[in-house]
Amino acid sequence: MSHELVIEAGRAERQYWKDLWRYRELFLILTWRDVAVQYKQTVVGILWAVLRPLLTMAAFTFVFGKVAKLPSEGDVPYPLMVFVAMLPWQLFATSLAATANSLVSNSNLVSKVYFPRIIVPAATIGVAVVDFAISFVLLAGMMLWYQFVPPLQVLAVIPLTLLAAIVALGPGLILCALNVTYRDFRIIVPFITQFGLYISPVGFSSGIVPDKWRLLYECNPVVGVIDGFRWAVLGSMDCPVRALTISFSCAIVFLLLGIGVFRKTERTFADVI
Amino acid sequence: MKPIISVEGLGKSYTIRHEGQTPYKSLREEIFKLPQRLLRRKESREEFWALKDVSFDVMPGDRVGIIGRNGAGKSTLLKLLSRITEPTTGRITLRGRVASLLEVGTGFHPELTGRENIYLNGAILGMTRAEVSRNFDAIVDFADVEKFLDTPVKRYSSGMYVRLAFAVAAHLEPELLVVDEVLAVGDAEFQRKCLGKMEDVGRDGRTVLFVSHNMAMINYLCNHAMMLDAGRKVYQSSRVKDVVSAYLGVNDQGKVWEYIDSSKYSDCITPMRLAIVDASGRVVSGVLENNIDAWIEIDVEVHEVDTGLTVGYALFSEEGETLYWSYQTDQGEEFWPRLSCGKIRLRSKFPQRLLNEGKYRIELIASIYYKRWLIAPGKGPMIFFEIKGGLSDSPMWQIRRPGVLAPVLPWKVL
Repeated sequence: MSHELVIEAGRAERQYWKDLWRYRELFLILTWRDVAVQYKQTVVGILWAVLRPLLTMAAFTFVFGKVAKLPSEGDVPYPLMVFVAMLPWQLFATSLAATANSLVSNSNLVSKVYFPRIIVPAATIGVAVVDFAISFVLLAGMMLWYQFVPPLQVLAVIPLTLLAAIVALGPGLILCALNVTYRDFRIIVPFITQFGLYISPVGFSSGIVPDKWRLLYECNPVVGVIDGFRWAVLGSMDCPVRALTISFSCAIVFLLLGIGVFRKTERTFADVI
Repeated sequence: MKPIISVEGLGKSYTIRHEGQTPYKSLREEIFKLPQRLLRRKESREEFWALKDVSFDVMPGDRVGIIGRNGAGKSTLLKLLSRITEPTTGRITLRGRVASLLEVGTGFHPELTGRENIYLNGAILGMTRAEVSRNFDAIVDFADVEKFLDTPVKRYSSGMYVRLAFAVAAHLEPELLVVDEVLAVGDAEFQRKCLGKMEDVGRDGRTVLFVSHNMAMINYLCNHAMMLDAGRKVYQSSRVKDVVSAYLGVNDQGKVWEYIDSSKYSDCITPMRLAIVDASGRVVSGVLENNIDAWIEIDVEVHEVDTGLTVGYALFSEEGETLYWSYQTDQGEEFWPRLSCGKIRLRSKFPQRLLNEGKYRIELIASIYYKRWLIAPGKGPMIFFEIKGGLSDSPMWQIRRPGVLAPVLPWKVL
């Protein structure tokens, strides 16, 4: 007998994390499935990953840079400044939307097999990361075009990417759990991403935000991530220590909260989904 | 040897919501219901026990067939054992690795190729990549899809799809395999192959829990059987044939319940037989006309005569609603039949033209008046029957009208 497992109402906690480790391969395979399906199904798949940030960048450059005549950061070309911010923003927004919907769209799995459910929302982030990587290649191309040499701290992009994913994962888990019981929660997600786009420094530089509003503005955890990216890739501003600290704390708090909410509602998923 | 599964007092309840049609709630609905809820406080919720008070042990190497009608709780039991959902009461102790197969091809993605789906499905069923790789050739061979390995499964015929899906699952190497009605698919040739595989699994000393409506398969495959009804375990034995015939008895054919194993009943009386009979005492076949002369016959062995001893039956609609209880002590005391020790037969006239067309269940119940149940509803023997035709002599009433009851009442003009 390899091991003994007791199943009782409300007694799964210890087992859960063990299982999470045992099912780590499932996490990779689900990520791989989503990526494979997205890029297999359509030629548009890869085109879409390229086109979407480019078009958004063009629109933002036009509206904020040309029409509103907002300043860029230092001597960085406006489109480049926008594009660097687009990357983490897209990562955040697509991760959030995908996690929020993940359980409902995988309901056939949830009602037919056991595995730690948290794997499903976590795996969807992988797809967003792949999209992100493709856009990053695009960014490299643009930097070549503008003959812009990135500073040394460009390596900080890796932890920053992780941070962006975690910032999305926490709220994503909460929305995901709620979405199972209350199906109309999915309507809230586009609202968050729409609204968030305007309170985050995607189309403009954080430098134009007045100092007295600065702290409030930085309470948006995406601000730290985006400014961090601009610092790392463009070197056009100082390292945003305060904003990053806020982002990081927010990410951890929301992640713990998200896991808590998710675990609490998880036991009824199969019954209501 | 310790049992590989120990189940004690297992129960699962669901809340049935009456307000909405959908099983899930919507935020909008909750918000609009809020004022109403604050005023009324009480929601029209109902608890439904899909499984109640089920206990059993399974020894390693047993192949257990689980049978029961739809809604008897079979699938719920499997879901609890496979940890898809949590029990409400009771506990399950599992001593071994469980793999469950509640559906063929769970997680198969139509866009992915056969090869990719083998890995995907394997991971979903709990296999590691290495395990899948090791069994890959065997899986492909078993499914017979070699030529189409790199074709998306959306282009597979349904037969190929099912074969591939079962092949993956069949190569799981768990100590305990939980299988729900998956063999009912595919052609005869493939079914034979699946059966062979299931046998192998059993022969390797691994344990199988198998739900099916196919009694021939249960007979063939299992060395142990368990019957569930209305969320309770009603019968379990290593004599698979007995359980199967008991199931068939309550299911469709013979409308009689006979003593099989009454060790679970209390000391005071032992139920021997429950049947519906006609005027000549012959057991009535499953379908009765509404105007037939029929009697409910109850055979019990009384071990101890108590003044409060009541024996009778409960009648349930197909939906499980209690329609009435009837006891031998229902009339005035001077009409009570005298119960004595030993085997006795009680007979009660079944009402004509009272019930509507439909399916019904009769359960033997017995108690010591206002003290304790001897055989509580839901615990005792039961039989099933259907009322069809003979609704009325009137030419204007030959087909079923709405309602639980269909009495023919006299009318006159005053």
